[in-house]
Amino acid sequence: MLKRITPLLWLLFSAGGTVAAFFLPVHLLLTGLAFPLGWLEAPRYEILQRLLAHPVTRLYLFVLVSLPLFHWAHRFRYTLYDGLQLKHLTVLIAVLCYGTALAGTAMAAYLLWSIP
Amino acid sequence: MGYTVKADPHYTLYHPRWYRRRMSVWWWLHNRAYAFFVLREITSVFVAFTALLYLWQIRALIQGPQAYEQFLARLKTPLFLTLDTVAFLFVLFHAITWFNLTPKAMVVRMGGKRVPDWAIIGVNYAAWIVLSGAVAFLLLRG
Amino acid sequence: MPSTVALSVARYRPEQESEPTFQTYEIPFRKDWVVLDALNYVKDTMDGSLSYRWSCRMGVCGSCGMKVNGTPKLTCATFLSEHMPGPIRIEPLDNFPVVRDLVVDLTDFVRKLKQVKPWIVRKEEKPLAEGEYLQTPAELEAYKQFSMCINCMLCYSACPIYGLEPSFIGPAAIALAQRYNLDSRDQGASERLKLMSEDDGIWQCTFVGECTEVCPKHVDPAGAIQQYKLSGATQWVKSLLLPWGTR
Repeated sequence: MLKRITPLLWLLFSAGGTVAAFFLPVHLLLTGLAFPLGWLEAPRYEILQRLLAHPVTRLYLFVLVSLPLFHWAHRFRYTLYDGLQLKHLTVLIAVLCYGTALAGTAMAAYLLWSIP
Repeated sequence: MGYTVKADPHYTLYHPRWYRRRMSVWWWLHNRAYAFFVLREITSVFVAFTALLYLWQIRALIQGPQAYEQFLARLKTPLFLTLDTVAFLFVLFHAITWFNLTPKAMVVRMGGKRVPDWAIIGVNYAAWIVLSGAVAFLLLRG
Repeated sequence: MPSTVALSVARYRPEQESEPTFQTYEIPFRKDWVVLDALNYVKDTMDGSLSYRWSCRMGVCGSCGMKVNGTPKLTCATFLSEHMPGPIRIEPLDNFPVVRDLVVDLTDFVRKLKQVKPWIVRKEEKPLAEGEYLQTPAELEAYKQFSMCINCMLCYSACPIYGLEPSFIGPAAIALAQRYNLDSRDQGASERLKLMSEDDGIWQCTFVGECTEVCPKHVDPAGAIQQYKLSGATQWVKSLLLPWGTR
């Protein structure tokens, strides 16, 4: 079954990799380093809340969370399969990887949808 | 053609005297190129880490100001600062290798000639700067 | 420059040993010699039992592929001077069964090559009376790079995926399939895609990129495979959205 949707999984991997490449470095630099370390002033809660009110922001965040997860799922699956030669576990690995990505996507969708 | 050649797990003729070398589990340490490749693939773990970090942030934001303060405080702990630094380096490595490899997958033709690789890579980096600037602007303007 | 160099050559004589060994030969060093010259010197004057393949000695036949100091190379195009001081390690290509000494069995590749249909596939043959196929320089340029393959198998030796998964169709075969897909005279792309969409087709590749690094003819099989993935995925989406359309 996985074989039939391999092109789709690869497209998700590519899209995820592109989103990750363009957007994750700046986000992580700010959120993970610049703001906690005080290099730059972190946005106040009210500002973020205002940003979050926009449906465009919610869509952007959904894409920012979901696609990189699918990118990881596809790539990590092959890393385990090739790098560690875990061929006998191939179905389990696929289920765990894509399952996690799906779970993350579902969680993101639920959270972003449930905001008033 | 009357017959089909099937993909066969015994991929060569069976010959008892031919020596078949097994690939070691440590094959990826055998040369620099392979090690670089595996390092590049490991970046995906940190890409996932960052995505989940953002999921956590969104959840904290929705739960209210106190939850968000807790989240911010957690990010200041040495554990997360270290994790985030390592993750950032790997995510950066992902971005650079991704942009450098894009022209291989996407052949753009303009006026009959193939656009050279450096032009495509250059466009990628330029877009990266613009998009990162836009995100930073939105988050920093207060 | 020293006057001699040591060659550490892999030997495997199935009738007398069950595992490969190394044998060292001290040969004269000449700055204009390639590794193939060195091997020929050994075979002509020192050890006639050494077995290896070679033919054109000028980098167009693809016969003399071997690993020199761990890297797959054409021995007719690898100068001894590049690997001084010795010893220079010469081994058979990776990922193929060793028949004897430096000779490997290439049946697997030949079988896979046939499977990808590396010839012009037409839905309807053009009758002779209509004359030849016309092709513009731009149409030629679209596939020319991939047509440079000399089937030397260095890419298969360099590809770790082929080593881990012997059923993987492999860089050269996919590059050659793409060479025909991109040829304006060919109409067989959908036939080839059926084979390539299998588990051991293009999707097995994880873009390590070593195949392109070692290719002596600059075919860039890695690029061919990534382009094939993109076109394969696009084709798949199209077939989902427009099921009645066929290429």
